Amino acid sequence: MNRDVAIVGVGMTRFGELWDKSFDDLFVEAGLEALEDAGMSGDEIEAMYVGNMSAGRFIDQEHVASLIADRSGLTPIPCTRVEAACASGGLAVRQAILAVASGMYDVVLAGGVEKMTDVTTEEATATLATAADQEWEAFHGVTFPALYAMIARRHMHEYGTTREHLALPPVKNHRNATKNPKAQFRFEITVEQVIESPLVADPLRLLDCSPVSDGAAAVIVCPLEMAREFTDTPIVVRATAQASDSLALHDREDITTLRATVEAARSAYRQAGIEPEDVDVAEVHDCFSIAELVAVEDLGFVEKGESGEAYHEGMFEIDSDHVAVNPSGGLKAKGHPVGASGVAQVVEIVEQLRGEAGKRQVDGAEIGLTHNVGGSGGTVVVHIFERGD
Amino acid sequence: MGGVPRFWRSIDNRYRLVGTRCENCGEVYFPPRVVCPKCRREGEMKEVELSGRGEIYTYSVVRVPPEGFEEKAPYVVAIVKLEEGPLVTGMIVDCDPGEIDIGTPVEATFRRVSEDGEDGVIYYSLEFRPVRREE
Ligand SMILES: [Zn+2]
Repeated sequence: MNRDVAIVGVGMTRFGELWDKSFDDLFVEAGLEALEDAGMSGDEIEAMYVGNMSAGRFIDQEHVASLIADRSGLTPIPCTRVEAACASGGLAVRQAILAVASGMYDVVLAGGVEKMTDVTTEEATATLATAADQEWEAFHGVTFPALYAMIARRHMHEYGTTREHLALPPVKNHRNATKNPKAQFRFEITVEQVIESPLVADPLRLLDCSPVSDGAAAVIVCPLEMAREFTDTPIVVRATAQASDSLALHDREDITTLRATVEAARSAYRQAGIEPEDVDVAEVHDCFSIAELVAVEDLGFVEKGESGEAYHEGMFEIDSDHVAVNPSGGLKAKGHPVGASGVAQVVEIVEQLRGEAGKRQVDGAEIGLTHNVGGSGGTVVVHIFERGD
Repeated sequence: MGGVPRFWRSIDNRYRLVGTRCENCGEVYFPPRVVCPKCRREGEMKEVELSGRGEIYTYSVVRVPPEGFEEKAPYVVAIVKLEEGPLVTGMIVDCDPGEIDIGTPVEATFRRVSEDGEDGVIYYSLEFRPVRREE
């Protein structure tokens, strides 16, 4: 990077079915919280990047960049919408970091927002399926759960991953979410409940799937050399990486791995000069139970095919000696407003590295990683952060 | 639910399965590609007819359908490995979910999706069905 970048403010709404809050309400609430956190009035912000997957289909509104600048009272600063399906948020954070690193701007806000619960389940399912290949996947009735179900089936076939293994990330994430006041599902579930929940797309069941959610999140970035003007605990961006892969799952050489995760992680570890085992806390993209198993393998936290047993041994719990994975509750239990999720991951890591994560605090966390996936892996964004002191 | 995919609208013979082969590296692609991802500008694509035979690489049974598929659910979807090498996604029809497994042999079949009122073009969708071995 041309110059080092730090995060100096974070904010997010509660995630969930927020009937009483509009799209604008959500974004403004998260943005104001981030400004308050950074001790800013709003005048400091020079540009905004907003992750949003599908306001056009969810709330019948496009051109949301202008809407957001307008409702936030921040016109005439430039505001840009970023779309990469469920990776829209992570990508918005990356655009903000690049804009500051390049020297173009000093203080930039990256946000993400999605209002998903105004449409029916069938409409939401069809909208999420637009992140797949419309011509070669969705046309044949393939849903998002079905794509990840096909990954799961193959992972079980090749590595002996079991139905019980699949249940372990959701069980852990629900337990973590009981400690997160902003999570959608603040209750525990058992392996038996996951395995007995209704089938969605075999072998995946309802409790393997992240929910449909409303929510927004925001972070403020600036040059590291300016960061102390706004905070005593700047969080340094050590790496920002992104990779792409085929839109359709069937075009991959190996569908039990997301090559874009492997590539983005490799670039991120190289930029940060660290190894996977140096990461203390990670927020990974667990849109489905199998997605978290595949993610911890592709990020190098365990060998390929060994994630099921690692979960069985409790390797990724908040209090384990290993990396803590999804202390926030993850997409599964914190909620998954698709455009906001990638930003909310960064919010969690910043709070963890500041030591402000309350009951879900990972002891002594110094290096954190975020992993945000679009679609079935067509886009992946990986960031690495470190405490600034 | 969008319209009929571009490819199916433009395919000449709707009962043929046409992919592309890169003359430079020999890789066969289905769905057909204009650019070989391995050879990029060095590649040269030629149309190649595929047999439509293959086996199930992975599959799922959709129980919660998207808009437009409500009446079909539950239905089987799969990634099929064609015998020429490429993998493709499609619905598996004429089967009970219980008889499907990884490795199950299947063959392509075409289903009429819709007919264009004005010019009478008939649209087809690619599906697969299990190959039942006689005796
Ligand atoms: Zn080639």
